[in-house]
Amino acid sequence: MKIKNVLALGLVATMAVAAFVGCGDKGKDSAGADGKGKVYYLNFKPEADEAWQEIAKQYTDETGVEVSVITAASGKYEETLASEITKDEAPTLFQVNGPVGLANWKDYCYDLKDSSLYKELTSDSFALYDDDAVAGIAYVIESYGIIVNTELLDKAGYKLEDIASFDDLKKVAEDITARKDELGFAAFTSAGMDGSSDWRFKTHLANLPIYFEYQDKKIDSTDAIEGKYLDNYKNIWDLYINNATCKPADLAGKTGDDAENEFASGEAVFYQNGSWEYKNLTDKGMKDDQLAMIPIYIGAGDEANQGLCTGTENYWCVNAEASEEDIQATIDFLTWMVTSDAGTKMLADNIGVIPFKKAADTTNLFVLNDRKYTEDGKTPVSWNFTTMPSEEWKNGVGSALTAYAAGTGKWDDVVKAFVDGWASEYKAANN
Amino acid sequence: MEKAIRRYWPIFVLPTLAAFCIGFIYPFVQGLYLSFCKFTTIKKATFNGIDNYAYAIQDSGFWHSFWFTALFTVVSTVLINVIAFAIALALTSKIKGSNVFRTVFFMPNLIGGIVLGYIWQILLNCALSLLQKPLLALNATYGFIGLIILMCWQQIGYMMIIYIAGLQSIPDDYIEAAKIDGATNRQVLFRIKIPNVMPSITICTFLTITNGFKLFDQNLALTGGEPAHASEMLALDIYNTFYSRTGPQWKGYGQAKAVIFCIMVIIISMIQLKFTKSREVQQ
Repeated sequence: MKIKNVLALGLVATMAVAAFVGCGDKGKDSAGADGKGKVYYLNFKPEADEAWQEIAKQYTDETGVEVSVITAASGKYEETLASEITKDEAPTLFQVNGPVGLANWKDYCYDLKDSSLYKELTSDSFALYDDDAVAGIAYVIESYGIIVNTELLDKAGYKLEDIASFDDLKKVAEDITARKDELGFAAFTSAGMDGSSDWRFKTHLANLPIYFEYQDKKIDSTDAIEGKYLDNYKNIWDLYINNATCKPADLAGKTGDDAENEFASGEAVFYQNGSWEYKNLTDKGMKDDQLAMIPIYIGAGDEANQGLCTGTENYWCVNAEASEEDIQATIDFLTWMVTSDAGTKMLADNIGVIPFKKAADTTNLFVLNDRKYTEDGKTPVSWNFTTMPSEEWKNGVGSALTAYAAGTGKWDDVVKAFVDGWASEYKAANN
Repeated sequence: MEKAIRRYWPIFVLPTLAAFCIGFIYPFVQGLYLSFCKFTTIKKATFNGIDNYAYAIQDSGFWHSFWFTALFTVVSTVLINVIAFAIALALTSKIKGSNVFRTVFFMPNLIGGIVLGYIWQILLNCALSLLQKPLLALNATYGFIGLIILMCWQQIGYMMIIYIAGLQSIPDDYIEAAKIDGATNRQVLFRIKIPNVMPSITICTFLTITNGFKLFDQNLALTGGEPAHASEMLALDIYNTFYSRTGPQWKGYGQAKAVIFCIMVIIISMIQLKFTKSREVQQ
């Protein structure tokens, strides 16, 4: 009997142990090999994951400092960060998307003012400040505008130079729509309002009326938007939806891939997107001489001198809660990334233009377009959507835009979501 | 052996109990505590009393989702159970190929909610587009109907299996005796079959009510709460409050909503259990 008891006890104990094994088998060597510290980067850009993994490995081979890169699933960055950062092995390097994102994470941002990384920046304006502290450092400058298939534009009988204002754009687009059957293509790709595509309009396109209002008032953020240029916003939105590859009522279900495929297969001339799209389009077989990016004209401001929308919403932040060695290792890694040949080349090829002194040159056509516009003395439109009060505000505008396009809602609802929504969301975010 | 079990029961209970405590009790208690806090990450939480609850209770979006969810639960519970029971009756009446039908009806249950949601979104949008109607994301009524169709399609098979098991466990003698006494089919159904499958009805209504209240995946994938949160159910509302808003206060609000939600689900399912249990008969 006694032996049986012991046996039973032993079995139960084994079961219990087995049940919990695997919970705690993470490496105990958290101090890092020989006190060098280590780097854990929570990456935001899934499309660059592979490149980051490679460069991390190369850095580890060269310096012996362990660098791990984990990429959050698309659209899940904030949640992933919120859970990762409470772990014992928290990310030492993460990113925020501008002042609104920073407000949430500023307690975790290490002041980079005295870091070697900050000194590599080409301009102070690429740093994200929390009062006097340098909380974040921009690592990529991107541009967006209207991508044009110049070959099709040519077929329709127009040249890039013909489009220098909203009126020109409208004339060309409506002419193409009128001859749609004869030409065999539409003016615009579908302005899809599915979650994979709606940011192009509720965030990027909405930047323009905000930008021009900020310019008029000489401000760079506000607690209440007036909506002075919303009529222009309506005009460009009307132009997009009424001259597209599909009926406005179908836009609610169209995705980002739909628009990309339509453009790449020559079904439309114009496609609003950014420099990050260059690789996707060339991968799909488009050539440089077929492509160009032009500014989004909405009939506001000085159109003759308007450039592409250029800015950033990606800032590197170093986790202030990490150990001293890890912080130093992270800063060293980033400095290496923006100064060494291998690092700058990887960033130029996979991420885009980086605002650092030793940046490698890029082959991204849209970035070169942007450079040309700036050289010609045009003023780039800055990215003010980082000051939008919240995601909720964007979603409200997006829903209203979708309903307006489908005819189930009125433009007044868009105005209401834009203006009233801004005030109430700003209040909710800052109480 | 009996004695040994009595003496060593804590050891037998321990593994499961420990797992339950770590996986359920501890997070639940911590969640309860966090619902009284303002926090970005759970390690840096500051106590702020009942502010979160005050916000949750006066949030109109939360109440809209509550009523939307309640209506959905009622409609889906009735439809799923009635149809599942009808199919179960049909498939126990010795028709040809009933095993094939059972398998076919059960199959939708094997597909995950997210996948189903997207498949049905494409299907329904296509149908709506052909009918020249606004798509799912534009009309909360269509969104609601879409969710009902999706849930019926997915759950009827599962409930059907439970009803079939219940119907098969009714002794044939009962039905035979009733028939000899001259009972009509209708009387057999209402006087013999239904009272005898009450335990299955209890289980099925419990499952459909709680499934309806807790519905998340299908809601997220099919309508995503569009247009403008109008088709957002409670679980999705909580998720959106917690995750899609930036700022420390929102986490607490979401947490408070989740606690209220949990209590609501417990109360409603308790009432339902009591109600249906009282109608069960002993065979």
